[in-house]
Amino acid sequence: MWLFNVVGLVLIALIVWWFWLYKPQSVQVSDQNAIDIVVENGVYNPAHVRVPAGKPLKLRFLRKDQSPCAAMVVFADFNISEELPLNKPKEIELHPEKPGRYSFTCQMQMYRGELEVTGGSQ
Amino acid sequence: MEPKHAHHVHAPTATQASHHTELAIEGMGCASCVAKIEKALQAVPGVASASVNLAERSATVESSVAENTLIQAVIGAGYKAKVIEAEQVEAQMAEKEAAEFAYYKRLLREMAIALGIGVPLMLYGLLGGAMEVNAGTRVGWLVVGALTAGVMYYAGRHFYVGAWTSLRNHSANMDTLIALGTGTAWLYSMLVVLAPEWVPESARHVYFEATAMIIGLINLGLALELKARGRTSQAIKRLIGLQAKTARVIRKGEEVDVPIERVMMDDLVRVRPGEKVAVDGIVVEGHSTLDESMLTGEPMPVEKSEGAEVAAGTLNKSGTLVFRATRVGKDTALARIIQMVKQAQNSKPPIGRIADVIASVFVPAVMIIAVVSALVWLNFGTASLGADRAMALALVSATTVLIIACPCALGLATPMSVMVGVGKAAESGVLIRNGEALQTASRITAMVLDKTGTITLGAPKVTRIDVLAEFPEDTLLQLAASLEAGSEHPLAQAIVESAQERGLTTAAVSGFSALAGRGVQGLVDGKALLFGNEKLMQEQGVALADAVSKAQALAEEAMTPMYLAVDGRLAGLIAVADPIKEDSISAIQRLQRNGIRVVMLTGDNRATAQAVAKKVGISEFFAEVLPEHKSDKVAELQAQGEIVGMTGDGINDAPALALANVGFAIGTGTDVAIESADVTLMRGSLHGLADAIAVSKATMRNIRQNLFGAFIYNVAGIPIAAGGLYPLLGVLLSPVIAGAAMAFSSVTVVSNANRLRLFKTQEH
Repeated sequence: MWLFNVVGLVLIALIVWWFWLYKPQSVQVSDQNAIDIVVENGVYNPAHVRVPAGKPLKLRFLRKDQSPCAAMVVFADFNISEELPLNKPKEIELHPEKPGRYSFTCQMQMYRGELEVTGGSQ
Repeated sequence: MEPKHAHHVHAPTATQASHHTELAIEGMGCASCVAKIEKALQAVPGVASASVNLAERSATVESSVAENTLIQAVIGAGYKAKVIEAEQVEAQMAEKEAAEFAYYKRLLREMAIALGIGVPLMLYGLLGGAMEVNAGTRVGWLVVGALTAGVMYYAGRHFYVGAWTSLRNHSANMDTLIALGTGTAWLYSMLVVLAPEWVPESARHVYFEATAMIIGLINLGLALELKARGRTSQAIKRLIGLQAKTARVIRKGEEVDVPIERVMMDDLVRVRPGEKVAVDGIVVEGHSTLDESMLTGEPMPVEKSEGAEVAAGTLNKSGTLVFRATRVGKDTALARIIQMVKQAQNSKPPIGRIADVIASVFVPAVMIIAVVSALVWLNFGTASLGADRAMALALVSATTVLIIACPCALGLATPMSVMVGVGKAAESGVLIRNGEALQTASRITAMVLDKTGTITLGAPKVTRIDVLAEFPEDTLLQLAASLEAGSEHPLAQAIVESAQERGLTTAAVSGFSALAGRGVQGLVDGKALLFGNEKLMQEQGVALADAVSKAQALAEEAMTPMYLAVDGRLAGLIAVADPIKEDSISAIQRLQRNGIRVVMLTGDNRATAQAVAKKVGISEFFAEVLPEHKSDKVAELQAQGEIVGMTGDGINDAPALALANVGFAIGTGTDVAIESADVTLMRGSLHGLADAIAVSKATMRNIRQNLFGAFIYNVAGIPIAAGGLYPLLGVLLSPVIAGAAMAFSSVTVVSNANRLRLFKTQEH
């Protein structure tokens, strides 16, 4: 029995670490301030984007995922929600002014990505 | 030559962002221009190819360059250019629908395969067939296991691929839950079949039917959800359907039909009877009546002749008009309305935020609950049930928890209702800016109405002239009109129009100044004129004597009396009345019946205000409020704890509209100030206010039902799935039932949102 319990507790610890505590690497945005994000199989790729504050930013989404859940991307903090056409790039322009972490999600919050806005332009 | 509407020849990948741009080019007259523009475009780094079509005045460019850079290159060559949207919104919608239909059919096909295996298996079990593995049935179950794996591959692959990619990305979603639930059931069953000796004898039960059934049911649920979702966007489809596809443009004296995206600013466009107006413009020739009901909800056709504005999407009824295009493409009122409705439909009211927070941590939390429930069964069930049975129940409960939990219902609850509610409002001529405005509008307790142009028509007329000195009536009017000729105040316009009707010509004015909230002063024909209200006369020391009582009498009849003083002496009274809109009274009653405190604000004098207020049944009003003080009144009401809606024409009410909890702008005809207010009423009727509040209330009620349903479903479902009823009733939920419940919970949410489509705004 103890074996089951240990396995169970390790599983729970793994879930907590993997989904909540782990901070994945961000993709630094290129010089042109534009980045391509592919929406496929339930995820945004890359899902973590690091950008400097105060510079206009273009995110080019390409949705390859047929699921209706993928059809919308919402940047709640920027008051932006845009429909993503299937297999066609859709550009979204943002002006992140304040440093911080801003999530972008599908309407149901199942597809999740994060925009990390770092202080000052580097 | 490239086809006119080349669809994207290839779908550019994310990394290789080469794309296809079509530009409309202006100012191109000869074949040499073609080479010049092509050369200019090809010189831009990143342009792969550029070809210019002289006949169509367009350029087709393959490049990885931003559209603006291309336009700059054309401008640099001495021409003008704009982007032709690769496809019209309508075509995009059609394409989206086709893609969704294909996906729908695929889901149904997958469902049929999965249920084709799952249903016979489940029936076999229900009809008493042995689901346990023993020496005799092992090979048979092995075949069933392989078939189920086939179902998982064919019909459930998207769940597993989605679960795996999101797991790698440290995120979890619906796919994760379904993949874990069905995967656990299958793996356990295969373990029983392949290595029964590793599993206690009484736990050698297979769950292949659960795997197949769940995959089938969830695919069915997704298909139904897709269908129901399609219906939620009907309102926007209707608006998009209003757009004309072609326009008859007059170029160099010749009339040609061109796709509307190629109509340029200042093009002359002919619209014949029965045709839709293609872009916004100003009539330069002809006379006709236009049906604008599709935009404003106003059923009466509107007359249009030279100088009148026409809006895209409206229908020409009788005559032929030629108009000059003033707004094209994305800038037409219709396009902006569509854009705004779409934006609003996608925005979330604050009420949805709790659900979002829950949804964002939901899946990992459910996974933890599943593990905990298995552990509880193993630790506490062993003593009473025996280790074998406890183990089987631990497995079943963990699987069922994973399957029953439905974050989708929570996540869908708010957006689906907003989508339908905002669309419904747009259908009755009410544009709601965003989800927040929708939520606040449902809670309004006090409504402040500006009088002029809101309760009244805002087109006052001179109704009485009282001569109080030696000047005759026409002279009084002529002097007043001369003074007011330059003013844009509606009362001033009434005076000028009235003078014109009498054939009076205005004289030059000098030293003109407008005194906010009081009136105007200036010199006409060497006479010093003062024209305005009592306050102005008092301030300037003009003796009024018994004129005050005359003015009061006029004011009691809802007229606005204005004093005219010539050289410091009172010369007469000119009364202007602004007729009350036909349905203002019933609309105000409707608001009051709904328990809303209606307050009227006006810059007019107290007596006029009182007369209007009395006529329309408003007991609380503030008269002689200067434009800059209107917002103070809104603040006062807010200080009293009211949630204040402010309605005005959006021009001099801007600060009050901004300060109010919800600002309503009344559009007149198609001239909608859709950027300025939280809610824009596209027609002039105040019924739009009650409609807006009624729609927002209905939508918020719908959202609450959805959130409550989704919340209760998960709160009750997960403990039951974990085996919460077992100690009391001895029953454990089957994973198959959990799968069905989960699949239909999202469908229920979307269907409930669709119920809003039946909502009818109550008129008059």
